[in-house]
Amino acid sequence: MKAPLSWIKDYIDLDGIGIEELANILTSVGLEVENVLLVGVEKPEGKLKNKYAGLSWDKEKFVVAEVVEVNQHPNADRLTLCELNDGTGIATVLTGAPNMFPWLGKGRLEQPLKVAYAREGAMLYDGHQPGQVVTKLKKTTIRGVDSRSMICSEKELGISEEHEGVIELDADAPVGMPLVDYMGDVVYEVAILPNMARDASILGIARELSAVLGRPLRLPEGISLHKGGAIAEKVGLEVRDAELNPRFMLGMVEGTQARKSPYWVQRRLSLAGMRPIDALVDATNYTMLEIGQPLHAFDYDLLQERAGGKPTIITRTACEGEKITLLDGSEPKLDSQIELVTDTAGPLSIAGVMGGGETGVHAGTRNLLIESANWNFINLRKTLSKTRINSEAGYRFSRDVHPALAETALALCLKRVQEWGGGEVVQGVLDNYGKPYEDTVNRLSEQTILEVIGQEISLEESTQILERLGFSCWMEGDELVAKSPATRTDIETGTIGQRNLIEEIARTYGYERIAAKRLGDELPPQVGNPKLEAEERIRDILVSIGLQDTLAYRQTSPEREARIYVGRKAPEAMAYVRLKNPITPERTAMRRSAMATMLELLEYNAKFRPGLAMFELGPVFLPVEGEVLPHEALRLSIGLTGAWDVASWDRAQSPAMDFFDLKGVVEALLDGLHLEGVKFQATSHPSFHPGKCAEVRVGEEVLGVMGELHPQVKKNYTFGQDPVLVAEFDGETLVRLSNAVFTNKAISSYPAMVEDIALIVDESLPADDLEALIWQAGGKLLVDVKLFDVYRDAKLGEGKKSLAYQLTYQAFDRTLNDKDALNIRNRIVKQTKNVFGAVLRSS
Amino acid sequence: MLEIEEKLQTELARGIEALQSVAKVESLEAWKGEFLGKSSLVMQVFGSMGKLAKEERPLIGKAVNQVKVGLEAALAEKEEGVKAASQQEAFTKETLDVTLPGRKPRRGRIHPLHLTLRQIYQIFGDMGFQIYRSPEVETDDFNFTYLNMPPYHPARDMWDTFYTDKEGVVLRTHTSPGQVHVMRERAPENIRVILPGTTMRYEQLTARSEIEFIQVELLVVGKGITFADMRGTLNDFARRTFGENARTRLRPSFFPFTEPSAELDVECFVCDGEGCGVCKGTGWLEILGCGMVHPTVLRYGGYDPDVYSGFAAGMGIDRSTLMRYHIDDIRHFRNNDIRFLEQF
Repeated sequence: MKAPLSWIKDYIDLDGIGIEELANILTSVGLEVENVLLVGVEKPEGKLKNKYAGLSWDKEKFVVAEVVEVNQHPNADRLTLCELNDGTGIATVLTGAPNMFPWLGKGRLEQPLKVAYAREGAMLYDGHQPGQVVTKLKKTTIRGVDSRSMICSEKELGISEEHEGVIELDADAPVGMPLVDYMGDVVYEVAILPNMARDASILGIARELSAVLGRPLRLPEGISLHKGGAIAEKVGLEVRDAELNPRFMLGMVEGTQARKSPYWVQRRLSLAGMRPIDALVDATNYTMLEIGQPLHAFDYDLLQERAGGKPTIITRTACEGEKITLLDGSEPKLDSQIELVTDTAGPLSIAGVMGGGETGVHAGTRNLLIESANWNFINLRKTLSKTRINSEAGYRFSRDVHPALAETALALCLKRVQEWGGGEVVQGVLDNYGKPYEDTVNRLSEQTILEVIGQEISLEESTQILERLGFSCWMEGDELVAKSPATRTDIETGTIGQRNLIEEIARTYGYERIAAKRLGDELPPQVGNPKLEAEERIRDILVSIGLQDTLAYRQTSPEREARIYVGRKAPEAMAYVRLKNPITPERTAMRRSAMATMLELLEYNAKFRPGLAMFELGPVFLPVEGEVLPHEALRLSIGLTGAWDVASWDRAQSPAMDFFDLKGVVEALLDGLHLEGVKFQATSHPSFHPGKCAEVRVGEEVLGVMGELHPQVKKNYTFGQDPVLVAEFDGETLVRLSNAVFTNKAISSYPAMVEDIALIVDESLPADDLEALIWQAGGKLLVDVKLFDVYRDAKLGEGKKSLAYQLTYQAFDRTLNDKDALNIRNRIVKQTKNVFGAVLRSS
Repeated sequence: MLEIEEKLQTELARGIEALQSVAKVESLEAWKGEFLGKSSLVMQVFGSMGKLAKEERPLIGKAVNQVKVGLEAALAEKEEGVKAASQQEAFTKETLDVTLPGRKPRRGRIHPLHLTLRQIYQIFGDMGFQIYRSPEVETDDFNFTYLNMPPYHPARDMWDTFYTDKEGVVLRTHTSPGQVHVMRERAPENIRVILPGTTMRYEQLTARSEIEFIQVELLVVGKGITFADMRGTLNDFARRTFGENARTRLRPSFFPFTEPSAELDVECFVCDGEGCGVCKGTGWLEILGCGMVHPTVLRYGGYDPDVYSGFAAGMGIDRSTLMRYHIDDIRHFRNNDIRFLEQF
């Protein structure tokens, strides 16, 4: 909402309040000032130097002047030379403004034209450049005539974008007066909160200021209205459903003219962001901006023509197949939910949203019928969401307008039409108020206010605040009783109604005046969040290893995720949480695969670094048959590719990472989480290399899968030569099996014995099985088994391999001797031979 | 003086002089052989002591010993100097250009938004808040209706919502549904929780606006919780986040699930409140929305609003993290560009 200060001042005295101070006051009551536009006035002193937009008009350079004669430019058809009096003398000013041409060659004007005049050296906006470019007015010569000064358009002065013609000021503008003194202004652009739609009006804003400043409000006065009368003979009215149309009023003016409004009206409309049209349309818009009630004007003669006599206005929902062309040329689809204003010939407008193009005001309009109505805001919201029409009327009605405003607005609008367009108001109004609104009444005690706010605010002060906001207040015993004003519908009853009032009191009293206290209530039962703690532990472990933590978009597309399969084709149909209104074709569903996310991250980043090591911990969304909501399953993905260590100036880069780098990371993680009984088992998975893929298990539970990306899958991405390694874990299982607490092993103070042993076994024997047997055979004195070499050679025999281990023996109670070592070694050799046919390899 | 004594004195003088020109460990060894070795004069004199006359022995013995001690002392001194010099020489050879770059180990980093989350967990943890999380895909009821927004309520316009192909299921537009979840789980106990998590809104993807972002919500429910408690708690949070001297301002706002509602601004730390691009000229940065929990929401959560009261607050951490590190594009957070992440 753009609120010109001069307009606000119609309703409240704001003397002594600076430009910036007023902005702060508005913000403090809930009308956040987003921008301040200076129209001619000087930038105020204050802290905020960069908040202001606009142009200041130098008092010496910009003045009110009058054009006394308009003559043809001697060498240009499209230019005129205006004889102009600026209070200091007569000057000749050159202009091409089309609105000077009607006076061309009329000699000395009987009624001089008042204009906004800029003298040489004035700083103003260039009218011929798009946007706002400040330029200095200099002497030029146009087709042999010197030009030093200028008659200004709204654009040149920063009032609007209008540059079609120059401004024609009202006839009473005093010649020679500095322009800023005559019509300098400040426009506050205020954000209107959804529950303060009543303040999408100048009077609403003035009322808030009245409450917070404690200054009286001056209400505008319209004509006095009488129900029935002559108007009843001119037009009929029928409301089919009072639920949808609680109130409908009609008033009429005869013999009026769709001429230009006075300039001050046009200027206010422009500054408030609405384009001035003519006196009749301007009167409806002006009244809407003034008090927040939208109105609509019909050309009465057109209605009469359609009806073939006395027209009847009927409000009803649309019928099947009905059509309407709106003022903006659009033809929205109508259905039986959409409320219309019609006559016997068909639709006239979409109720409360926009009028039809056929029956509106036009240049020749003489007799005007004005609609001032109230509409069910919920039904209207449905209409807006269906038709997607943006209009000032729709904006206000969809936030609920009090039906009493229809009457106030009609009285004001009729007065304005008569003043600005001329004509006579037809006696009486039609008023169908089928669903009267009952203003709510609430009771409030000092204690209730204290309980919510935590600070005492006296009922006396509360009463003052509420009364200035328009409530009627009285005391009953210890309680304040407040009846809501007939301008707002947001105050409910009961506990909620009390809250509504307390908010009104607190925000006007000033949030900044309310004390800041520390919570003093009893602490709730202490509940930890072990899952979150485990997640953070996973992050810390992986980061400590050197992996980068990442954060994934939840939204992706099934096509993107299908890239993890050979031929970009998922082996089976996947159920997705799909979006009805995706923002882009790239993100049409919630992700199912953390691996797909990780591969995209690796692909994106591979071009920037020679080696990547990343992980991502977050949910995937798996629809569950028969459930409303998907299962949000926690997933951990790890991705590696390229070199672990990058080259330095004297050392070569480490070789590209492979399966065992990934396995090492996984082992380190699981070790850090103190998982017991972890097993890696060869497995197959459509995304992985068939020979380089393992399943990670703990007992019967599968933690996840890891391996090198299948070469065919890799082709779906832009990767280089290096293998791409990915692991995907079920985060829930990982978290559940992880142990924050574990049994720490004692450290022996006796020396350890270390010896090597190499065993020749069948190629097909998993190293894990051999190692398990070594541990078992070694007994309790065997404290460490470390594989240090895998060797294959024809000499070992076909299908054989040699695994070399470093064994560590140690006791807690004595120093071991050679005999102890020999015993352990013999047991290992014997048992591995018996079970796996292992042969000790002689060195 | 005996002839032999004279000889010894000469030997001492000769030895000390010869030592002068010795600079290397090898030459030192040669000198040792010449003056203190088996065939040296000193050792020969020692060896021939038995042949000397009895009365001569103490005299000669004393003299030769003096010379030996003299030579040895000179040697010890020289040895020290030579070793120090040779060590110095080695050091010089080994001297590095310490300005050459170090070998960078791979370093993992926590994602910047997770860093911010941890900081928030820490601050509110200190104030006794627990952490509670709830689903990211929500029912319309939890996202709107239970938060005092029945269907077609004007306030639903405040959030541009992603709808799913399932009727009544949306991507949560805020973490507030968690309020009702936690209330239903904990009623009638007191509640003091934060509700962190990803939320999603249908917005254009630009440098300043995202479709996904992380919010942290606060919820306190109990008997006698007031607006003043809320103000105090949030001021404490702001001071711990933005510094002891951070200036805040609480101004009226609107949220359907709180009443009274407010917004907490902190004075822009980029321009010190003079108005700049970051604060859009206002001098203030919006950091969170808050208010007293609406009676309807308490009721949906299972608390009697005539007995219990509470406050809630919600903040987006993406924007505050942007400002904290002067990040130019909000999309960096989820694009995970390594060149961006590596800077943390």
